[in-house]
Amino acid sequence: MADGTEALTEGSSNVPRRIPEVHLNVHFVADLLFENMTRFFALLVLLLLAGIMVSLFIGSLPAIKKFGIGFIVNPRWNPVTDEFGGLVPILGTIATSAIALSIAVPVSFGIALFLTEMCPVWLRRPLGTAVELLAGIPSIIYGMWGLFVFAPLFRDYGEPWVNSHLGALPFVGSLFRGPPMGIGVLTAGLILSVMVIPFIASVMRDVFEVVPPLLKESAYGLGATTWEVVRNIVLPYTKIGVVGGIMLGLGRALGETMAVTFVIGNSHDLHVSLLMPGNSIASTLANEFTEAVGELYTSSLIELGLLLFFITLIVLALAKLLLIRLTRLEGARS
Amino acid sequence: MVSLPTRRRLINLASQIGAVLTVCFGLFWLGWILLTLVKHGIPGMNLSIFTQMTPPPGSRGGLLNAIAGSFFLVMLSTLIGTPIGILAGTYMAEYGETGWLSPATRFMNDILLSAPSIVIGLFVYEVYVVPSRHFSALAGSFALGLLVIPVVVRTTENMLKLVPNRLREAAAALGTPQWRIIARITLRASRAGIITGILLAVARISGETAPLLFTALNNQFWSGNINQPMANLPVTIFEYAMSPYKDWHDLAWAGALLITLGVLGLNIVARTFFRHRGFGN
Repeated sequence: MADGTEALTEGSSNVPRRIPEVHLNVHFVADLLFENMTRFFALLVLLLLAGIMVSLFIGSLPAIKKFGIGFIVNPRWNPVTDEFGGLVPILGTIATSAIALSIAVPVSFGIALFLTEMCPVWLRRPLGTAVELLAGIPSIIYGMWGLFVFAPLFRDYGEPWVNSHLGALPFVGSLFRGPPMGIGVLTAGLILSVMVIPFIASVMRDVFEVVPPLLKESAYGLGATTWEVVRNIVLPYTKIGVVGGIMLGLGRALGETMAVTFVIGNSHDLHVSLLMPGNSIASTLANEFTEAVGELYTSSLIELGLLLFFITLIVLALAKLLLIRLTRLEGARS
Repeated sequence: MVSLPTRRRLINLASQIGAVLTVCFGLFWLGWILLTLVKHGIPGMNLSIFTQMTPPPGSRGGLLNAIAGSFFLVMLSTLIGTPIGILAGTYMAEYGETGWLSPATRFMNDILLSAPSIVIGLFVYEVYVVPSRHFSALAGSFALGLLVIPVVVRTTENMLKLVPNRLREAAAALGTPQWRIIARITLRASRAGIITGILLAVARISGETAPLLFTALNNQFWSGNINQPMANLPVTIFEYAMSPYKDWHDLAWAGALLITLGVLGLNIVARTFFRHRGFGN
């Protein structure tokens, strides 16, 4: 008790209390440790991407050695004779993503336009949340809904219409002619478009919001209509960001697995018609990987995964670079 | 011939009607999917879902092992992914102002954020399942943990950058060593934002199916062993929905409703939590 009061008076005296040397050393070491520990994990995250690439490459070596570059253009996929070619899944991935984007881009643009230029303030938050909820629904739910609800309706009402109208078009008509089965590449693309709308729409909304109000107000002040402001002020200002958002959506569409697996039909036959069942890289992996027997089969599937990862990597990196450039430009202008 | 002002007004009107229609288009799908889930999921929802194991075809049962397994997998992967994510994000925000590491990591992290999850599953299969020679719950947790990391890294970094520098300077002026400034002051100040990020990450992985297909696989029975395949809700839904049996379809719909309610609930909780507790946006 007496010691305690003594120490107190000593501490509050005018002579500054010296921090013991040991204490300083401890903090120095702790600082060093902490900084390097966080640096280590930052490095780990950085290397993760390279690690994925390398491990997939090693896994697909047997297939690369056996089939070489011809893997990409060979449409045959035959586990019985051990002959594997990735053309059908690759084309399927591209076709579904193209269909998805051709619908999702205009719709997302409309949603972003509504949210930034037309929406009353009280409606903004609920609508924004609704769009984000659409993004939050797990992809397996989209798949189930697509298989059990959407596909039968699409078979009975959608595909006959597609056949008689789009099928009659010159040149592209053969893409849209085929037996109405409900499942197929077109159905997968449509469901994919619903899935990527929220991603593209939210990026577009965000980039539309960086347009300085001064520019828009000047245009409105000169008597421009809402459409003219969007067309001549907002879009030119944000075009890099808009493209970046579209690429981000493309990245999502390329790698989407479950929703596509349910409705694409899982067929390795090559068809011109989008109404026929097909396959995408991700759906091939989901369906066949656990059942693959033999080294060559497994490693061909891993090579497909590597291709998918490589393509999405390039698309996403481009998207990111474009979005970074938009923020830089914005910084330079303001 | 329409006069110029009329034409401009008409074009404007058309564009605005178009925008409203696209919003209705988006809301239409959201409403349709949710309604379908409720319509098909409610009949299968009863107490036995939570008390009985997944059944063989043709008999009655529940989803108990799948629900418990999913809980376990999500918890374990959050425990794996969160510390890594927070530490990496801390470096990028607190130490990374100069040098190449921080921008490079940010770039790669953003790519990882939207990388296809099925490829993450393949990666874990290659580096963990193949060497250990069996599918396991642990492998599934690794795969999901890798999906948690980028979300947490990003929110941690963004939230730490919102902490005003005055706080750091005040603490440093009192002689606080830097690691204590970060651990006790800046990380604590951005707690609400980081928790939001973790909740969003949990919401994201709870519905993930693709990375579990080749890692945790699935299990018809109860399993408490992390070195064995473990039952989980998403893969169970996938298998049951793809099966030809009516009972299994009903269970799949009930599971789908459960998962969607869980994920959307987490999303909403995370957002409201952040709005009330966090600062800035």
